[in-house]
Amino acid sequence: MDLSFTETQDMLRDTLARFLADTYDFETRKKMLASPEGRDPGIWRALSSELGLTSAPFAEEHGGMGGGAIENMIMMEELGKVIAIEPWLQTVVIGGGALKAVGGAVADAVIPGIIAGDTTIAFAYAEPQGRYNLADIGTTAKADGAGYVLNGHKASVYAAPWATHLLVTARTGGSRRERAGVELFLIDANSPGISRRDYATVDGFRASEVYFENCAIPGDALLPGGIDLIERIVDEATVAVCAEGSGIARKLLEGTVEYTKQRKQFGQPIGKFQALQHRMADMLIEAEQIASMTLMGTLRLNIPAAERKAAVSLVKAKVSRGLKIAGQSAVQTHGGIGITMELAIGHYFKRATMIESQFGTADYHLERYEALTLPA
Amino acid sequence: MDLEFSPEDIAFRDEVRTFIAENYPAELRGKQDEGDELSKEDFLSWHKVLYKKGWVAPAWPVEYGGTGWTVTQRYIWSEETARADCIRLMPFGLTMVGPVIYTFGTPEQKAKFLPRILSGEDWWCQGYSEPGSGSDLASLRTRAVRDGDHYIVNGQKTWTTMAQHADWGFFLVRTNPDAKQQEGISFLLVDMKTPGIEVRPIITLGGEHEVNEVFLEDVRVPVENRVYEEDKGWTCAKFLLAHERVGIAGVAASKRGIERIRQIAANELDGEKPLLANPFFRRKVAELEMDLTALEYTELRTLAGEAAGKGPGAESSVLKIKGSEIQQRLTELTLEMAGHYGAPYFRSFGEGDNEHGIGPAWANRAAPTYFNTRKTTIYGGSNEIQRNIIAKMVLGL
Ligand SMILES: Cc1cc2nc3c(=O)[nH]c(=O)nc-3n(C[C@H](O)[C@H](O)[C@H](O)COP(=O)(O)OP(=O)(O)OC[C@H]3O[C@@H](n4cnc5c(N)ncnc54)[C@H](O)[C@@H]3O)c2cc1C
Repeated sequence: MDLSFTETQDMLRDTLARFLADTYDFETRKKMLASPEGRDPGIWRALSSELGLTSAPFAEEHGGMGGGAIENMIMMEELGKVIAIEPWLQTVVIGGGALKAVGGAVADAVIPGIIAGDTTIAFAYAEPQGRYNLADIGTTAKADGAGYVLNGHKASVYAAPWATHLLVTARTGGSRRERAGVELFLIDANSPGISRRDYATVDGFRASEVYFENCAIPGDALLPGGIDLIERIVDEATVAVCAEGSGIARKLLEGTVEYTKQRKQFGQPIGKFQALQHRMADMLIEAEQIASMTLMGTLRLNIPAAERKAAVSLVKAKVSRGLKIAGQSAVQTHGGIGITMELAIGHYFKRATMIESQFGTADYHLERYEALTLPA
Repeated sequence: MDLEFSPEDIAFRDEVRTFIAENYPAELRGKQDEGDELSKEDFLSWHKVLYKKGWVAPAWPVEYGGTGWTVTQRYIWSEETARADCIRLMPFGLTMVGPVIYTFGTPEQKAKFLPRILSGEDWWCQGYSEPGSGSDLASLRTRAVRDGDHYIVNGQKTWTTMAQHADWGFFLVRTNPDAKQQEGISFLLVDMKTPGIEVRPIITLGGEHEVNEVFLEDVRVPVENRVYEEDKGWTCAKFLLAHERVGIAGVAASKRGIERIRQIAANELDGEKPLLANPFFRRKVAELEMDLTALEYTELRTLAGEAAGKGPGAESSVLKIKGSEIQQRLTELTLEMAGHYGAPYFRSFGEGDNEHGIGPAWANRAAPTYFNTRKTTIYGGSNEIQRNIIAKMVLGL
């Protein structure tokens, strides 16, 4: 066993952390969110073509550094520390993950664009009626000549307004909630027949409702692998948002401890009150466990599917619960100032809250774990 | 002792129910159903209906405009208004400064202010907290210096709820900096249009403008607007804080909240079954109902004690703590129900097309409300402070 990072990995973390420290302070982030596009595209350009960081998890043959899940974890954790609103999860982790899994011509064609920063991807999987079950899909992909025709509605598609490509789950057959017949497609985001309603999300991203109306796509848009592939890339994404959550939990703790040293009531720093000290000690316990579980999940993404799913579900359930405790505690310990837009802490709390349910709540994942591991 | 309502109580309940059904402002109902932001006029529309009926201040003594209802009737009233999803009246006049004025005020103050509180003519705000004085309220530094028959007030208040609408504010100010902290504070009624007052918005996590900073620069307040004796304002403040805590339990509103969750979860699907059939979800609903019932009967016991002449004591901290936690759990469950539709931020929707809404209407505010409701364990004396009070005042530690 070896839980240490390589020199290259340490260097990657440093590079990203230093870049974000220079470019992603709270006030600058606020301005990005308020701008019409909702982000600063220059940041993405810097992360990709200038610093080459988007290449980290890709194979050398595609121009990458040859990394994988550990590099994703490192990056997501650092992005979490500044509550970055970059489409990294969607583009590099999910899009990149799907392409690496299927390989072949489509990987050769698309990965270099991701590395260069020209290609951004959004993951259109959720639907209005379906909660976290990835097979609860009503969107159809009907075979039509050599291609397919998409019809349906995808909900809350993060980063869709910025995307050049959409990664879409749709049914080529089977009935709703049936595993068979669910497939993954990578399509041009501007294909005729796609319309969007864009909005901001409560945690600062931009997202869309995406509607497909007789949207004709080519046959090679289908990335073969069905629901098993989808579950695999969502498990990778789940662990990646846990890493983001880990960065956030650290900052919630740090910010809270710092604040309680400065803020005085009753003639002393409020950090002297034991009730608050114990709460912050609990926050530290949660942050440590979140980091531990994230690491475990990251290292267990390449085991047989049933074991992987069980492991990832334990990770996500624990991280969701930990983030709830960390977020709520941070706000409570700040008092009134914690629930304003003025302090960063509230914004960390908001993102932490959304991560709690992203790719499934604690309950959903405990249920999945039970189904996989406990005799009925 | 009897848990059942008497025939008179049932007749009263029916009367109240009919009155609400026939008189609740339709426009207000419409806005609530749509989830629209409520304006000052919206808040006042229901207030004015109740004023006309004479039911706007059930808890006040009859001589000042109260209804003379029994504790049970007041309980029925709050149940029925919550059941019918009536908005809560703004508390600052009716349940905060009103009782202070009829308890401690001069005959002139009573004559001048109480009728206007009842009619809704004056909108009040509460100027207690300061940037440096939150939990440690008695450390407040806003200074009032006597100048003939006026006080000149300088300082800053913060977290002042709805001050942007307020005609009047009740302020705690320091009149004697040399006395012990609690003994140099006075309670002033301040006309918010007085020169030198500036109100600046603070935007909270759900994007709402409900609190403000209030800056006071050489604000002249007539001495006749001081309630009770100079330097004895803390007495009024303590009286009011105890009052504030009873209402804060919000039992009836939380019951209505659970009812809403039951309704929504019975219709929302989780796979092929309603969400309410999900064993994890239904267990949380049951647990909430368990805790809310415990709170309800604790409140009833406290009210019964009050009716028997015991003032609301440190026990009201129990109501504040459990009531606020339950309010938060309700918003947690609603956000959980919203699923993927917790994410879209309704304030950014802009003009939509009719064909394509964004998620179910009830979900649009789930996350902002969850964020905003973190306040309930912070304001009205934070839950840490409440636990300190229990430890000190009840347990004698
Ligand atoms: C939405 C909202 C509306 C409000 N409306 C009004 C209003 O209309 N008028 C008004 O005057 N005020 C209002 N308040 C202010 C409110 O009363 C204060 O926020 C509250 O008193 C807490 O003060 P603070 O925010 O300064 O937090 P602080 O006092 O700084 O507390 C920070 C943290 O320290 C804890 N703490 C403090 N002292 C102790 C201790 N001795 N032991 C253990 N823990 C401790 C607190 O519990 C909290 O967790 C409002 C607040 C909010 C959030």
